[in-house]
Amino acid sequence: MDFDLMITSFPKLLSATVITLKLLSASLFFGLFIGLLFAILRLNKNPIINKFAYGYSYVFRGTPLLVQIFIIYFGLGQIEYFRSTFLWAVFKEPYWCAIIAFSLNTGAYTSEILRSAFQTIKPGIIEAGKSLGISSRVIFFKVQIPIAIKQSLPAYGNEIILMMKVFVIYVS
Amino acid sequence: MELLYFGDNGWGDELFIATLMTVAVSISAMLIGFLFALIFTPLKLSKYKILNLIGNFYTTVIRGVPELLVIYLFFFGGSGAIMYVASIFGYFEYIEINAFITGSFAIGIISGAYSTEVFRGAIQSIDKGQFEASKVLGFNKYIHFFKVIMPQMLRLALPNLSNVWQITLKDTSLISVTGLVEIMRQSYIAAGSTRDPLLFYSFAAVLYLLLTFISMKFLNRLEKNYSRGF
Repeated sequence: MDFDLMITSFPKLLSATVITLKLLSASLFFGLFIGLLFAILRLNKNPIINKFAYGYSYVFRGTPLLVQIFIIYFGLGQIEYFRSTFLWAVFKEPYWCAIIAFSLNTGAYTSEILRSAFQTIKPGIIEAGKSLGISSRVIFFKVQIPIAIKQSLPAYGNEIILMMKVFVIYVS
Repeated sequence: MELLYFGDNGWGDELFIATLMTVAVSISAMLIGFLFALIFTPLKLSKYKILNLIGNFYTTVIRGVPELLVIYLFFFGGSGAIMYVASIFGYFEYIEINAFITGSFAIGIISGAYSTEVFRGAIQSIDKGQFEASKVLGFNKYIHFFKVIMPQMLRLALPNLSNVWQITLKDTSLISVTGLVEIMRQSYIAAGSTRDPLLFYSFAAVLYLLLTFISMKFLNRLEKNYSRGF
């Protein structure tokens, strides 16, 4: 054990931790929105929209995160047309690529968590709201979302911890 | 598309062999994980505090540490540790351990921690009366475990075990950092030498999806088979 090396490298490791936390919070923030969007799409009655959302979560949960990062970072730069658009400035940076890949990945898992939370809400609660004459938008934001958040918090906590561990991939 | 053909000009055959390698690593890692689960599940369920502590230590540490770190630790630290032990016995040559063995051990220890939790949960959710009944009937320990507890435990554990399998399958992509030629490593090599990363990484994604799809179908059938009569 080389304690001198440990002490001298500690500040560097600490500043690296700050980068990890920044990336984590940014991608969790975007991932939550992506997850919410796709959870709502999953519950849509239209089979095409439904299948699309299912396909998204299936692909992103079925492939390793390493593959997704490699496709986004190395693969997308290959398309000539893509290089000429303004998006290229974003995808050139490894930092932004990491945020995009991690957000898309955590979005897929979050959408599954939220979907199951929405499905556990008893239909009676929604019907009660309807019979009181409350508009369906108000029911969604004031009744369904608070219940879904409460239901999904334990599973979402697991997801945050998994994401934190997964960030090690970013270094490679 | 020609790049994916089988033969000398295409990477199809190389990627096929790499896929087999991924499957081989995942299966051996899963089996090593079962071995660890077999050791640590009884520890977690034991009535002695110290044994509980050891079991909890294993699952908490492994599940709380990033997978890549465990792989690095095994691959770079493993041969160092073995060489240190060998030097005590007077052997000073460089020892290199096979990437397949270290890789499947590293992933196996990780999946073992998850399997331990799954088995613990499954055994704890078996009805208490079953344990008491088998005691009353005077079964010995062997019959008690293999004929009474195990079949019920497997049924309860299977859905979660198929989750563990999916996690293990995807974790094997991380072994590519040690140079073992599995899907990820092979596509990295192919992408590097053909300058076509988009094609090869997308194809790698398709291969992983195929593997998860096939294993899902198989495991669903197995689940149905085990939950017969309930």
